[in-house]
Order: sequence, then C-alpha cells, then structure tokens
Amino acid sequence: MIRVRNLKKTFGQFTAVNDVSFDVEEGEIFAFLGPNGAGKTTTIKMLTTLLKPTEGSIELDGLDPLKQQNEARKRFGIVFQDPSLDGDLTAWENMEIHGVLYHVPHKVRRQRSEELLKLFELWDRRKDQVKKFSGGMKRRLEIARGFLHTPRILFLDEPTLGLDPQSRNQLWTHVKKVNEAEKVTVFLTTHYMDEADRVAHRIGVIDHGKLVAQGTPREIKDQTGTENLEDAFLKLTGSTIRAESADSADAMRQFAKMWSGGKR
Amino acid sequence: MSAIYILWLRELKRYSRSRAQIVASLGQPMLYLLVLGFGLGPVFKRAGYGSYFQFIAPGVIGMSVLFSSIFSGLGLLWDRQFGFLKETLVAPVPRIQIMIGRTLGGCTVALIQGSLVMVVCLIAGFRPAHFFAIPLALGFMVLIALLFAALGVAIGSSLQDMQGFQLIMNFLVMPIYFLSGAMFPLTNQGKVLTFVTSLDPLSYGIDGMRSVLFSRAMFQPAFGTFTDLAVLVVVGCILLVFGAWRFSMIEI
Repeated sequence: MIRVRNLKKTFGQFTAVNDVSFDVEEGEIFAFLGPNGAGKTTTIKMLTTLLKPTEGSIELDGLDPLKQQNEARKRFGIVFQDPSLDGDLTAWENMEIHGVLYHVPHKVRRQRSEELLKLFELWDRRKDQVKKFSGGMKRRLEIARGFLHTPRILFLDEPTLGLDPQSRNQLWTHVKKVNEAEKVTVFLTTHYMDEADRVAHRIGVIDHGKLVAQGTPREIKDQTGTENLEDAFLKLTGSTIRAESADSADAMRQFAKMWSGGKR
Repeated sequence: MSAIYILWLRELKRYSRSRAQIVASLGQPMLYLLVLGFGLGPVFKRAGYGSYFQFIAPGVIGMSVLFSSIFSGLGLLWDRQFGFLKETLVAPVPRIQIMIGRTLGGCTVALIQGSLVMVVCLIAGFRPAHFFAIPLALGFMVLIALLFAALGVAIGSSLQDMQGFQLIMNFLVMPIYFLSGAMFPLTNQGKVLTFVTSLDPLSYGIDGMRSVLFSRAMFQPAFGTFTDLAVLVVVGCILLVFGAWRFSMIEI
C-alpha cells in the first residue's frame, strides 16, 4: 500500500532523511519509531505531499504523490502532531468542511459523519465548539475526521502526545476497530513503546535519518536480544538525549499553550 | 467551487462568533472619529476646509476596512502553525481555490466591519451629499477590502512566525493608514508628501469614497473618481496574483 524507495530529504547542509526504503502492506498497522529529530515527521510530510523529497520515490496505493497529487490526497487521511481543527467551529462543522474539501457527496457526508461521531463517542457534543473539548476529545475528532472520506491509508503523527492513559487506550481501541472494519492501512509515529508493541503489526526504527531496524515487534526484540520494545529501542538508538534546537514551531507551541490555558 | 464557498463560509462563521472582537474592533475607529473628528473640528473649519467630522468619516471607514482585511490575511500565520491551514493544504483541492476562499472571506468580513462603522458614522451625524451615494462608497469599500485581503494573504504566507507581526504593523499597516489622506486633505501638500501619498493604494480608496460621498463644493478629489477606480482595480489584481503565488509557495 505504501512503497518507499531510497527516500532522501536535505535542508541545506542537514540531511533529515537519508536513503530510507520500506513497504507497508494493505490493512497493516505500521509504527514508525525514533528519537526526537530522527526524521519521522519529515518522512510523514513527504508521504503526505507537504514536502517534496530531494531524492527517491514514493508510491501510495499505486500512485505517485508528486505527479498525481490530488488523486493521492484522496486516498489518505492524516492526523497531525499539532491540532488542525478549527476551534471556533463545532465538531459537526469541522466534519462538514472536511467532507466538502474531499468531495464527499452530501448524503454520504452526513451519514458517515454521524456514524463516525457516534463511533468515536462525540455525537452528543457535535453542536459544541471544538475549543471547549478536552485534548482527548479533540484527538478523537481529528481521527474521526480523517476517516470521513474513506481513505485507504491513515497517517497518525504522535496522536497520543499529552493524553492520559484512559484516552490513549480508548483512541487505540477505536483505531484498531476501524482498521479491521474498513481494512484501512495505518502508518503511525509515537514515543510510547508499549503502544507500538500492542497496536502495530510491524515496526520501523529510524535514527539520524536512517532506518536502523524493521520487522514485527517480536523480530525486533529477538534481533536485539531484549525483553521489551523499550529496551530494544534504546539498544538500537543509544541512550544519549538528542539535542533538538528550538525552532519557531516550538515558540508558537509555547504561545498557544499560554493562551489556551494549559489545555493542548 | 464548493471548496471556495465552504472556506468563505468558515471566515463568516468565525467572525460572527467573536462578538467581543467585533465590539473591540469598533473602538479604535470610534476614537479617531469622535476625538479627532470633534477635537480638530474648529481648527479645520478656520482653515477653510469645512467640517472635519464630515471629512474624516470616510477615512475612518477606510481604516476599519484596511485593518480587518489585512488582519484576516495575517491570521494565516496562526492557522499555518497551529490550525486549520494544514488540513486544507493536504486536501485534494487546488491551492488557488483555498486562497480565493480565504481572501473572499476576509474581504466580506472587512466589508461588514466597514459597514458597521459607516452606520455608527451616520448615527453620529455624518451626512453624505446624497443617500444613494452610499452604494457607490460600498463599491469602493469592496475594492479596498479585496486589495488588502490579498496583501494580507501575501504577507501571511511569507512570514514564519508571530515575531514579524509587530514589524508589519509598525512599518506597513500604520504607514498605509497615515499616508492615505484618511486624516488630512491630500491637495496643497508639499512635493515629498504628495509623492509618497500617491504611492499608497489606500489614498485612492479613500479619495474615491469621498469623491462619491461629497458634493464638489464640499470636497475636491485629489485624483478623480475614475483614476481612483482604475488604480484600485489594477493594484488589486496585481496583489491577488502575487498573494496566490506566495500562497502556493507555502511549505509546512
């Protein structure tokens, strides 16, 4: 479903993603793991047409996202690291806009919005402005929205960041449910190894822009001779803490936090 | 088309839901209108220009249109890092449609805001030469709003974060306002000021509004209605193309 060959992205002197190749099969849940600044988000941005790769090729459901951009965009849904909902609009209106932008016919749009909002337990709050939602509810709404246009692939970039264990657990239950019911391929990144271990069928570990390991959670643990995925991860990527320089996005995140009163 | 419509509708919904902001953004124009309008009135009258309150009213309307249209474009900056912009950029919709939807939304909001200020002006005692001149003035407001909404989008697409916001405010928005002749007559000025004000697109917008709202006995246009119209249309088109180009260059 996703086919990546020799993918490379450089920003000036800095190589963010270096010669990365992998495949994700249809219906699979693939976890992309790596320390901060390893190249996870850059890879997702390239897969989702937001950045152009410097070198290499990408195939999504048989389409080249560079040449058939709009066709490719219809095939995937994405939940970003930072929230991308409109807080002034209601949950229902956010779904409506998404449906219109993805050319989902009116009738299907209403029916599917209703189904998804019910599935993600947001139906009772559909007429409330999104800014009144908790972090977990916003995340659920974003994922429900990502499923609205029946994508073949769903990208989730650190979807559980800042959520409590209850919300995280519930979120993964929903994702698994839709993955099984609609055969949606899921490509996710996370910092919580236990989640990856529990949810993902296969895992790729990226560090310094290079893919250092690939396989099922069992295979990765066997390869490194460790008992759990966290140890395996540390063994693969070392235990030094990554210096990630604060950029303008971090400054904005800080600012957003200040204004939203501590809620994501 | 439906993408343009839904994004336009989004801007209107957001505007109508921020009631506190609507009231707050009426504050500044009111300050100029009432304090300067009445405060400088006697001096202006003695200089032989007639009523300053009547003179400044179109300027204050133009100011509110300028501010709200340019800010709607700059809102992109916020949306870009944390909000909705990413959602629209990965949607299977050409970027030009997204840009048009946003710009038209910002333009409509600015027009509503300008009309509110106009109503307040009329209540406070502003009297145009004829009441049927008001639709013509609205036409000029549309052109001003469209021009600066496009400029706002162009700037919003080019800046990386909120740091640049103050810079834009102090070195672009305020000069555009002060050099537009919103607060003083453009005729009989020195060479330098005449030249600089003739470079400001808002000068033509406000001159145009005054030229349709007032009788010639009361106000002598600096450029003339048709020149005003032509400049606004041409500059507006250039800025729309420029804004669309800058918007198409956004990388997240």
